[in-house]
Order: sequence, then C-alpha cells, then structure tokens
Amino acid sequence: MKILTGNDLESGDVVWWTGSGWSRHVALAVDVGDQGPAILAAEEAARRVNVPYEIDAAATPDGPRPAHIKDRIRAYGPTVRPDLSLAPGDEGALERIV
Amino acid sequence: MYRYDQYDRQMVDTRVEEFRDQVKRRLSGALTEDQFKPLRLMNGLYLQLHAYMLRVAVPYGTLSGKQMHMLAHIARRYDRGYGHFTTRQNIQYNWIKLDDTPDILAELATVEMHAIQTSGNCIRNISSDQYAGAAADEIDDPRPWAELLRQWSTFHPEFTYLPRKFKIAVIAADEDRAAMRLHDIGLQVKRDEAGELGLAVYVGGGMGRTPMIAPLIRDFVPAEDFLSYMEACLRVYNRYGRRDNLYKARIKILVHEIGAEDYRRQVEEEFLHVKTLGLDPPAAELARIRGFFEPPAFETGLSDEIDRSDPDFAIWVDRQTVAHKQPGYVIVNISLKPIGGIPGDASADQIDLMADLAERYAFDELRVTHAQNIVLPHVRKADLYTIWQALVEAGLAEANLDLITDMIACPGLDYCSLANARSIPLAQKISQRFAAPERQRDLGELKLKISGCINACGHHHAGHIGILGVDRKGEENYQLSFGGSGAEDVSLAKIVGPGFSEDGVVDAIEKATEVYRSLRTGEERFLDTYRRVGLQPFKEAIYG
Repeated sequence: MKILTGNDLESGDVVWWTGSGWSRHVALAVDVGDQGPAILAAEEAARRVNVPYEIDAAATPDGPRPAHIKDRIRAYGPTVRPDLSLAPGDEGALERIV
Repeated sequence: MYRYDQYDRQMVDTRVEEFRDQVKRRLSGALTEDQFKPLRLMNGLYLQLHAYMLRVAVPYGTLSGKQMHMLAHIARRYDRGYGHFTTRQNIQYNWIKLDDTPDILAELATVEMHAIQTSGNCIRNISSDQYAGAAADEIDDPRPWAELLRQWSTFHPEFTYLPRKFKIAVIAADEDRAAMRLHDIGLQVKRDEAGELGLAVYVGGGMGRTPMIAPLIRDFVPAEDFLSYMEACLRVYNRYGRRDNLYKARIKILVHEIGAEDYRRQVEEEFLHVKTLGLDPPAAELARIRGFFEPPAFETGLSDEIDRSDPDFAIWVDRQTVAHKQPGYVIVNISLKPIGGIPGDASADQIDLMADLAERYAFDELRVTHAQNIVLPHVRKADLYTIWQALVEAGLAEANLDLITDMIACPGLDYCSLANARSIPLAQKISQRFAAPERQRDLGELKLKISGCINACGHHHAGHIGILGVDRKGEENYQLSFGGSGAEDVSLAKIVGPGFSEDGVVDAIEKATEVYRSLRTGEERFLDTYRRVGLQPFKEAIYG
C-alpha cells in the first residue's frame, strides 16, 4: 500500500494522511493508491503539511507498517526515549513498529 | 569571557527580528518551504525526523553559568526537558516548534547567545581546546584568536555562500584536544624563534565521506598577518572550490586535487594582495579581545593536597581531573556518558546543576567538549569533594574520561533525517557490555566513536575504534574500523572487514579488546598496539 506522511508546519510533528486530514498516528493512515501526488500537491499548497512524501507500507492488523525503518522510527519516536513516543505506556509498541 | 559590544548586540537583535518576520511569512504562506529553508538553516533551525531541531552556537565551547542556565530554561520551556551537546561543542534541541523559535532566539540574545553559523555553507562556529586558559601545557589562550575569527567570519559578505560548510579549529598546545587537523582549517598558536606569537596553518582536513588530514600550508603566520592570511585561504577556496558536485565541494577536495603546493602558492599570491587592503586589525584590537580572556583572580598559596580517603572519589579524581596551570587548582571533566545513557544528552536539571557548580566553584565558566562532555575549567582542589558529591547526586559522576564507555555518538537514525542507522542504541549496548569500571580502566584510553551515516558527525574516522552505520537493503548494518586518532598523533581509521548487525558489532569489539589485552606491552594503549601489530590479529579474532 501507499501512504502519505510529512510534518506539521507549525509544530514539526510527524503526521500521516487519513483520507480527510492529517493525524499523528500511523495506524490511521490510509492507502492512497495512485492519488498520492495529487493529494500531496493540494495539501502542501494549502499549508496543511510540510515537506510531505509518499511511502510504501504493509497492511498489518495494527495498521499500516512503513516499509523503511526511517519512517517506522518517525511513526514511533526516538527508540531510545520511549517516554517521548506516542505510546509511552505501551511496551510492545517499539517492537511492533520498529 | 568575551562580552558583546553594541555592534554584536545590534547584529544579534536585528537578526532575531528579521527571523521573526520570516517565520511569520512562512506561516502565512508568503514563503514556500523552498524559500524558507535556507533562511531557517541560517538561524540553526533544521527539520529532523520528529520535529524541528534548533542548534545553538557555543563559540569555542565557552559558556558562563548564566548562559548555561538559559540553555536549561530553553530545554524546559520550549523543548522536552533536555538538550544534546554535540561534537561541534554546540547544543541541539530536538522538539522545537517553528513559531516558538523567534522567542527562543530572543531569549538567547539576552545572554549573548544565538544560532548563527550553526548551519549553511558559511564559516561555522569556531571550535577550540576545551582546556583553553587553564591547561598547563598551552603557550597561549587560543580563545582570543577564535574570537577574532568569529568577528571576522560572522556575516562575512564574501564567505556566506561558500561552496560548502567550513569548519575552523584553534589550539595552542602540542597536545591536540580539538581534532585540529581534521578541520577545513586547523590553526595552532605558536611562538617563533624571537618569541613572537603567530599561527601554523593547516588546510584541507575533514571527515565525512572523504576523510583527509590537513597538510601544513604555512608554518608560521605572524599575528599581524593572521586575518589577511585567513582571507586568502578562503578566497582561493571560494574561487576554485567545486559548486557542481555537493560531494566534492569541501576545501579538502580542492587541496587534494590541485595539491598542497599549488594551493599554498595561490594562497601566498592572494595574501600579498589582501595584505594591501588593510584588513588586519591593529594590535590594540587583539589586545582588547584578549582582555576578555584574562585569567580569573586565582587564589595563591593553595595546597595541592586532595583528601583521597573516599575510594570512589579518589577514582573519580584520577579519571576526571586534569592538571591546571595554577597551583591549587584543577580542571574537572563532567561525563555526559553514564553507563547505558545517551552520549551528550543532559536534562534541564543537570544543565542547571552544572551551571550552579560553575558559578560557585569555577569562576563562572564552563566548556563544552567535542567529545560531548562538560568541563569546569578552574576548580580549587579544596572544592573537589563537594563538587563530586553534587555530581553523584545528579547522575553526572561517571569516572570514564577517554575510556571505552566515554564514546562519541551522533544522534543517528533516532533523530537525524540524514542517518542510515541508529547510533545511540549501539552506544548503549557497548556501554553496558563494558560497564564494569575495573574492566574499562584495564583497557585504558580507548576512544570509540560512532556515526550513523557517512557524514561522520560521530567522528568515526578518528576513533581508535570507529563504527559507521550503513543501510544494507533496508537493514541497519555497522562497519567497524580501527586505528583513527583526532589527537596530535592524527590518523584515519581503516575498515576492518565486512559489516555486522548491532549485536554482532558489540561482540566484535569485545573480541578486539581481548586481542589487545593479549598483545599489549608496557603502557601501550589499544591504538598503540594496533599500530604496532597491524590489523591481521584483530581480523583473525573477529572473523575467525
């Protein structure tokens, strides 16, 4: 599957395209098929996302899993600071995502 | 310490307001990211994996307590309660919001700090010896020279858009504590036969994807010609440095391709011209700058005795303190490498504590080292025990200076958008494997340096043991190299063989240390043994 990611312009937070907006949670990312470039262009022009790009991901029961480790780390947070991740209390999150 | 004059203050304040307007225009859509990116980078603001990252300059690594407190305040108020001290003697914050940045820069300006020259193809923040002004072996304080370079280079109209970034280091002792010859320009303050001060100039060193040791270009540039000579060195680079290929744009490539002799000839020709332009400041100006770096009011007649009755304290004193030029005083190294910790990271509370100690016990001075530690440069030996107790309380009393767990590690793929592999988890595993203090001390000086990509921010080329993280078909993989040094015995590390997984490289390092222990003679360090016996015995043990 193809999913879209970028950073929030103001906060710099990693965000994922949900089909109707941008979420910090990769689990909510949707397969954009061949619509990626058009969505990216429109969303960047509207300043709803900064430096967005399309990536490959695998569909899993927990949601999309980015193909490359760099994007999996973006989805999770720094692996050496789980307290700063989006799931600080979820000890299995690091293993599932990274 | 140097204090801003009206020009410094006006320049920094103006820059803050200029950036405030640029941020406003970016948020309004008047500037695209392509237009804004070079502007934010000129103010130290990067976009990294998880958020914006702000790199704050610490000129030649010197800070006051008040400035250090400000760094803690920024960590607490605008970031997530910590900062990362870098191999460029700066500090980085990893969780900055774009619209907070002008306010952060304004707060920094109140304590004479900024983020200028921490990014972009300009002359970057000048680095220096962390023991400057305190070391028993220095012939002069290198910081006035570094400060003169800072004033010359900041917003230099000719050198703001160089072919590539440009790094300068200044030392003033024979022991090189700043990896001087691995910089674009390395400078060593020295005296000529008449006793006059001047500088040896090395040009064309660097790490990155093409590591090189800078050759000597001029053995002695008199003080009165110093800036003209620097101008000439930069002009030749600016004229002929390659702009068509990012990977061949550093001055080391130019010097290598045309040869040191031809580069020297062109610099000398340019120097004769530049010297006619009246660029060099009058001696009074260097003297004025030097006045900011006068030694503090040391007490005299102090005892050099230290009560070593607490064994843990005695171990820490032996490892973390260095001889001071003033009797009764000592230089204190504070380790930012706790076992299993993140090299270079410090919490806001720890930063505040170090600032407090500097204010109370170190004439209000701190230094950031390129090895990602903090130094209190002027400490009375009589105050050491009190300082150590405070450091123990704060988790800052690791006694591992220059040992295997005192490793340099870049942020790697946990934070950096350029990285190919994670550096920090590997550093933590190595630290834990070699945690036993006796084992570390038995191995002696062993400088281990880890980079998460070929850009070599973790100085792996200069490691006695160097590790480079690479991306091998989407998997993190680590190349091991031996034999590097950033010190006065400078050398570049050589790759040992095929790469390893994260756990594999830890095992390989352990095997290498066992080879060293079995082959060392006398007082040989790991590096000495490697240089004597060569790679083969290590390779046999590692790859079987």
